[in-house]
Amino acid sequence: MEGSTRFSDVLESGKFITTVELRPPKGTDMSEFFRKADYVRDLASALNVTDGCRARMHVSPLAAACLLRQKGFEMIYQITCRDKNRIALQSDLLGASVLGIENILVLGGDHPLLGDHPDAKPVYDLDTIQLLNAVVSLSRGKDLSGKELKGLPHFFVGAVVNPNCEPLELQLLMMEKKVRAGAKFFQTQPIFDIKTYRKFHRRTKNLDVKVIAGVLLLRSAKQAATLNTIPGIRIPERYIKRLQRTSEPLDTGIAITREIIDSLREFADGVHIMAVGREEVIPQLFQN
Amino acid sequence: MIVTVRRDLAQILKSMGDCKRVYIVGCAGCATLCETGGEKQTEELAALLSEHGKEIVGRSVLDVPCDERIVRRELKRKPEMSEAEAILVMACGAGIQAVRNLADTVIVPVLDSAFLGTIERIGVFKEYCSICANCVIDNVDNLCPITRCAKGLLNGPCGGVVDGKCEVDPEMDCVWELIYTTLQKKGELWRLHAYQAPRDYGRKYTILRRFRKR
Repeated sequence: MEGSTRFSDVLESGKFITTVELRPPKGTDMSEFFRKADYVRDLASALNVTDGCRARMHVSPLAAACLLRQKGFEMIYQITCRDKNRIALQSDLLGASVLGIENILVLGGDHPLLGDHPDAKPVYDLDTIQLLNAVVSLSRGKDLSGKELKGLPHFFVGAVVNPNCEPLELQLLMMEKKVRAGAKFFQTQPIFDIKTYRKFHRRTKNLDVKVIAGVLLLRSAKQAATLNTIPGIRIPERYIKRLQRTSEPLDTGIAITREIIDSLREFADGVHIMAVGREEVIPQLFQN
Repeated sequence: MIVTVRRDLAQILKSMGDCKRVYIVGCAGCATLCETGGEKQTEELAALLSEHGKEIVGRSVLDVPCDERIVRRELKRKPEMSEAEAILVMACGAGIQAVRNLADTVIVPVLDSAFLGTIERIGVFKEYCSICANCVIDNVDNLCPITRCAKGLLNGPCGGVVDGKCEVDPEMDCVWELIYTTLQKKGELWRLHAYQAPRDYGRKYTILRRFRKR
């Protein structure tokens, strides 16, 4: 892993980069989580740790990111607006900084109703634009109430955008707002249809930000059908058919995912891999 | 209008404990409009409780129980209210607590207060306002994102919109898409580019203090 290299430097270098998303465990057994990180040590420029992905409770991403950082990984700490108010969000951002984590990905977070604690209080005290504003404000030495900080954090902050949404205009408006609020890089929702991404790229290439396209590993027709029910994910019928026809769905899924990655090389600054439990096959996505 | 829904009978009976002799208070305002605490509903509850061995010493539909002056007057007029072992209140939380403040007996809430509803027609209520003390609707074509966006987002939509519907409820319109469409028609999309600051939750307390002092 290029763990010793800062993520911001790798991105600025202009090479096509790879980030990998890892979900911390539900429970305290971290062994599998660490193993997953090791599978991608040599190919990922940075690892994202999710913050209650799909609104499901798991180990704190701050704790998980800190542990992986101690193992030499460059980390992107995902922080969502869903569960914490502005006091807790700012406090966790400062916490990340003192733990040596400078890459932050700001997200709204899936609504609790979609997750495993549907009875939980949705917080959303800040929205993503306001949280980006908080990150920038802290970096400049002041918290959201204008109080001065003793010791300044340094952040490299990014946000998310969903190129699959219709109308795209609304997403673009949000993306521009996020750029104005301080986002330096974007990671996207999973891309399956290169035409959709091309259209998105045409509209956003003039923005002064890096865009890392989301790529989700397909592994079966059933998984693809389930994914298609998730808001913001659209898998073309032809991929589902290929997965239905094959006797080796995982191999076919890997082949499809490789095709998607290859076609994204032309448009994106990198790919953000979501393997959802099959991280061991990620290296196969990049073998020649 | 405050939209209320009736609790399960089991829950009401549990709150009543051993109280036998009860008085039922309804509401001629909101709870009558949403058919949870009007004449008909107080009568129905009385019948139901009688079946369960309770003695109904009286009932009245107050106009309205969230006004302590009206509750006070009723308590004077109906001494049986104070003599009851429990007063069952078929009103919103504001009504329940006004009765609680004045009557020295067991108070049993019968309804759950759900939301501030706009009436489309009888039985069809929409939640458009959260009474949050920070009205932000002027820049968004008077469509409240605090209430009508599941995440209460102030600066624009999340990425969870599918075919114009909310990720939380496929039958709910994404308010940001409504806002976008109407502002686009009016040629006022520029309104969406401005940064909206976080809400001031302290403002409500300032307002509350103002009304306490009068």
